[in-house]
Amino acid sequence: MAVPSGSVIDASQPAERIAARRALRDALFDGVFRRSVAAAGIFVLLILIAVALSMLWGGRQAFLTFGPEFLWSTDWDAVNHKFGALVPIYGTIVTAAIAMLIAVPVSFGIAVFLTEVAPGWMRTPVGSAIELLAGIPSIIYGMWGLFVFVPFMAEHITPWLNDNIGEWPILGPLFRGPPLGMGMLTAGIVLAIMVIPFVSSVMREVFLTVPSRLKESAYALGATTSEVVWDIVLPYTRSAVIGGIFLGLGRALGETMAVTFVLGNAHRLSPSLLEPGNSIAATIANEFTEADSEIYLSSLIALGFLLFVVTFIVLAIAKLMLNRLNRLEGAR
Amino acid sequence: MTNAPSSFALQTQVAPARTDAPAVVAKMSARNLEFHYDSFQALKGVNLDIAEKRVTALIGPSGCGKSTLLRIFNRIYAIYPRQVAQGEVLLDDENILDPKYSLNRLRSKVGMVFQKPVPFPMSIYENVAYAIRHYEKLSKADLDARVEHALRQGALWDEVKDKLKQSALGLSGGQQQRLCIARAVALKPDVLLLDEPTSALDPLATSKIEQLVADLKEHYTIAIVTHNMQQAARCSDFTAFMYLGELVEFGETEKVFTKPVKQQTEDYITGRFG
Amino acid sequence: MSKVSARLYRRRRLVNHVSLTFSFLATVFGLFWLFWILWTALSRGINAMKWDLFTQMTPPPGSDGGLLNAFAGSLIMCFGAILVGTPIGIAAGTWLAEYAGKQRLGEIVRFVNDILLSAPSIVLGLFIYELVVHQVGHFSATAGALALALIVLPVVVRTTDEMLRLVPSQMREAALSLGVPQWKITVQVLFRSAMPGIVTGILLALARISGETAPLLFTALNNQYWSTDLNSPMASVPVVIFQYAMSPYESWQSLAWAGAFVVTIFVLALSLIARAILVRNKVRND
Repeated sequence: MAVPSGSVIDASQPAERIAARRALRDALFDGVFRRSVAAAGIFVLLILIAVALSMLWGGRQAFLTFGPEFLWSTDWDAVNHKFGALVPIYGTIVTAAIAMLIAVPVSFGIAVFLTEVAPGWMRTPVGSAIELLAGIPSIIYGMWGLFVFVPFMAEHITPWLNDNIGEWPILGPLFRGPPLGMGMLTAGIVLAIMVIPFVSSVMREVFLTVPSRLKESAYALGATTSEVVWDIVLPYTRSAVIGGIFLGLGRALGETMAVTFVLGNAHRLSPSLLEPGNSIAATIANEFTEADSEIYLSSLIALGFLLFVVTFIVLAIAKLMLNRLNRLEGAR
Repeated sequence: MTNAPSSFALQTQVAPARTDAPAVVAKMSARNLEFHYDSFQALKGVNLDIAEKRVTALIGPSGCGKSTLLRIFNRIYAIYPRQVAQGEVLLDDENILDPKYSLNRLRSKVGMVFQKPVPFPMSIYENVAYAIRHYEKLSKADLDARVEHALRQGALWDEVKDKLKQSALGLSGGQQQRLCIARAVALKPDVLLLDEPTSALDPLATSKIEQLVADLKEHYTIAIVTHNMQQAARCSDFTAFMYLGELVEFGETEKVFTKPVKQQTEDYITGRFG
Repeated sequence: MSKVSARLYRRRRLVNHVSLTFSFLATVFGLFWLFWILWTALSRGINAMKWDLFTQMTPPPGSDGGLLNAFAGSLIMCFGAILVGTPIGIAAGTWLAEYAGKQRLGEIVRFVNDILLSAPSIVLGLFIYELVVHQVGHFSATAGALALALIVLPVVVRTTDEMLRLVPSQMREAALSLGVPQWKITVQVLFRSAMPGIVTGILLALARISGETAPLLFTALNNQYWSTDLNSPMASVPVVIFQYAMSPYESWQSLAWAGAFVVTIFVLALSLIARAILVRNKVRND
């Protein structure tokens, strides 16, 4: 029987009616499902915004009371209710910088080793071992740092540094300090060890995206391995490598437990790397539950807000850099 | 009031192959069909009839639009936002491109088998029963019977009847493809669309499926896209040759392969290009 | 070979040698720290292990005891975090993979999610403090679980998104061409296909939160006694380790090492299981 196009279903047939009902039900559930998952997706976005706003709100008293001087004041007086962020900011930046200075070349070396140098049978076990390091909880690093590494630094490294580099003209003051073992240098080294597996695995993944035909053509022309790495692999993956470094930096800036154990929790600004200091995360971790006044609490939350802003910027840069490589790949 | 069967475009050219065969009637017809991917026009003014209970092969070089055309027949292109079809495609005299035409209804009447066998990550039984369950509430005995019937039609029953509960991923490539065919016929569609169904299979599996197609046309209207000309010559009753988005020639397979009308067709068939 | 090119060649070989040696040394350097840290954790931890660990509660300063309430607390809060974070994470990941991933809004959400993934966990703890603890007026295990859930969420979102996108588009088309609606296909076919990967993501998230200290410090706080009350402070292994390790008492420090040992083994085991699932699934599908 002919059905003019436009009216689709002859509802007098029971089978057609059942089909129509089912089609309606399917459309309804499809709509509900789509809206639910969309809500979950938007929720993720809202969480980030909420985090930023809530910490701005919690820190507002500190920001309003101290104004922009909060950023460069070295005060930290719980009794007189005067707080300043410079010491924690300084400590955060310096420990992260030391960590990256050590971690970047080492991670690079490991990534090169695992992708170009190591024989095939070695790559997976060694790669997995390095990734195991990434999985160890930071508190373990902290404990090892406090009970094993700090005494080691105090007994062997710090005196040597004091006696030798401590006497140098410009770098000297950086390495002159009490042989406590705790301090920014120690914290920086522990952070470096934490960040290395992370950055090296990002670099390794990125190196593996280089098409082998590019490398093979270079080898066929007689290039050495290091030349292939410097002239082919690195330029190809440059953005992503920078992205990986920024990712590691973001981690280093926000790391709490590994640093808290070995930094010394001292609110003192000193040029020496061997002196104890403080970082934003360590300050919050150590003092939050003991904050006995509103302004104290607000200052700590304000510190948290600053940390959030800085890591957000660093991670956003990292993401943009990493996306650039993906887009390049997708265009091929 | 009955409607006369819609005229078959080239009916005057066609002599029924067997005197006892049913008269050739168009099951699906494309009229002035145009198709765009973004700004690229993939199909230009295609007019094609798919004969009921016959096998129609779509052949042509890569990029000629044969798969694109096939995928319009069950509107599977609709899940991709920047693909647009214009014109008419009639199924039983209804235009399936009309937005009011229910997609579910279309897909229960038109089934599709893809190039790569894609069994669902479930048991063999579940693969076949999956869609049936969505449409009908059957008792276990009825469902078992339907599954068996579908697997028999897919020429797979004997090989899997003892391991229906095992994962479909454990089957060989050819078996997986026959499972996909069984899955499609389980819904008792009117039309079966096969998009290069054997291009990922070895010769033995390929010939099994070609035999299957010959058996299936007794019950279903079949349109098959293939880049293998010999396959088209072996399996199909009618052949459509396409080139750069246009339908160049259409007719009985034997005619098209032995006495093609257009020069382009002859060039393609004799291997001068493509 | 002329003298000039011979000298060039020798120099290139030297540079190559030095670079490769450096990369080898870097790897040795990295592995050295791994072994030193693991060795410390395992050896000091094993020395401190005793059955009391699992039968006694956390003791007052200077005395002996166990970590039973800490283990229980960690278990409860981690389980709660997974319970809250996983469904939302899977839903959001599904939205990114199946619906909006290629649109502007989807890309923004993916971007934000990746930032959340690497955000300092102490910041997330502060957020829950402001949102929950400050409003309610007291610390609670619920707050602790919520803070951990914020760490689980982006991991699950990302894993679900990536695993679903790995499912071949032809499987979607095959299911759709049977006339089955999108939501049913997603739940019954696509999830089943992506499940091993998603489970791996959940396991890795669990490994991560079981060692997290900072977010618990001012949400769940700590509790010297046995408690399963979600509305009051609850002990957890990382926080107890933190408290005990920084203290001057030997018995407490010994307990801290034992706790660290258990956590390390747990995390390593979870990572290995997660990896095994991925490998087994890859083998099966190839």
